[in-house]
Amino acid sequence: MSNSLDSYLVLSGLLFAIGTFGFLGRRNAISMLMAIELMLNAVNLSVLAFGAFVPPLNTHAAVIALLVIAVAAAEATVGLAIVMAIYRNRKTPLVDEYDAMRE
Amino acid sequence: MPIGDSIPLVGIRWDDVLFVVLSAALLGSALLVVTLRDIIRCGLALTASFASLAGIYVLLGNPLIAATQVLVYIGAISVLILFAVMLTQTKNAPVRLAFQTQAWFAALAAVVIAVVIAATVLATTWPSGGRRIWTVTADVAHLLFHEYVLPFEVVSVLLTAAVVGGVFLARREVKRPEEDRS
Repeated sequence: MSNSLDSYLVLSGLLFAIGTFGFLGRRNAISMLMAIELMLNAVNLSVLAFGAFVPPLNTHAAVIALLVIAVAAAEATVGLAIVMAIYRNRKTPLVDEYDAMRE
Repeated sequence: MPIGDSIPLVGIRWDDVLFVVLSAALLGSALLVVTLRDIIRCGLALTASFASLAGIYVLLGNPLIAATQVLVYIGAISVLILFAVMLTQTKNAPVRLAFQTQAWFAALAAVVIAVVIAATVLATTWPSGGRRIWTVTADVAHLLFHEYVLPFEVVSVLLTAAVVGGVFLARREVKRPEEDRS
C-alpha cells in the first residue's frame, strides 16, 4: 500500500476535499485560512508523491515543494494581517458580517 | 538492521503500517480542523495534521521536505495562526454558529471533489516504477542553486515583501499629537 502512487494521490485528494469543505463552510475568517493551509498541504503532498515515484521528477519535485512552502508562508502572513486589520475595524472575525462592499 | 522489513508472524510490512497510521492521523486531525467549534482547538488540530504530514514525507523518502515542514509549518505558521486566533476572538463570540448556512452544500461539494479525484487517480495509469526513490538532499541543493536560482531569488523578494506588507497591515494607527497644533 505504501509503495503505490495511487494511495498517496487518493490521500492528497481526500485532504484537498476536507480543505474545500472547511473553506466553503466555516464562518470564521481564520478557520477559512486554516482550510486554505490544508489545501496547500494536499497539493504539496501530491507533488512530492509524483517526485518519489517518477524518477525524472525526483529532485524537481522537492525544489517545487520548497518553493510552494515559502509562498504558502507568505500567503499566511498577509492573509492573517488582513484578517486582523479587518477585525480592528469591524470587531468581528465572521466573514458573513463583512458587508461593507455589498450595497 | 535491528528490526526486520515486516512485522514478524503477521507479515505486514512496516511501511504499510506507518502509512495507514499516519494517513488516519492526517485525515482525522484535518476533519477536526474543519468541524470543531472551538477555534483554538482547530489550530491545535492543524498542528497535529502538519506533523503527521511531515511523517508521510519521511515515508516518501524526502527527509529535507519533512524537516522544512516541521520548521515552517509547525514552527512558524501554526504559531502565527494561534496568535491571530488569540488576538481576534472575542469572548462572547457566538460559538454555536461556527458554520455558514450553506455548510451542507459545502459538504456535498467536498464529497463530489473527493470522489472525482479518487476516480481519476484510480482510472489513470501513471508512469511510475511502483517503488519509492530516496531523494538525495545534495542533488536538491544543486538543482535549487543552479537551475532554479531565479525562482529562489524571486521567492526571497516575495517573502520580504510579504513580511513588510504584513507589518504594515497589522500595525495600529498611531495618533500624532503634534499634527493638531500645526
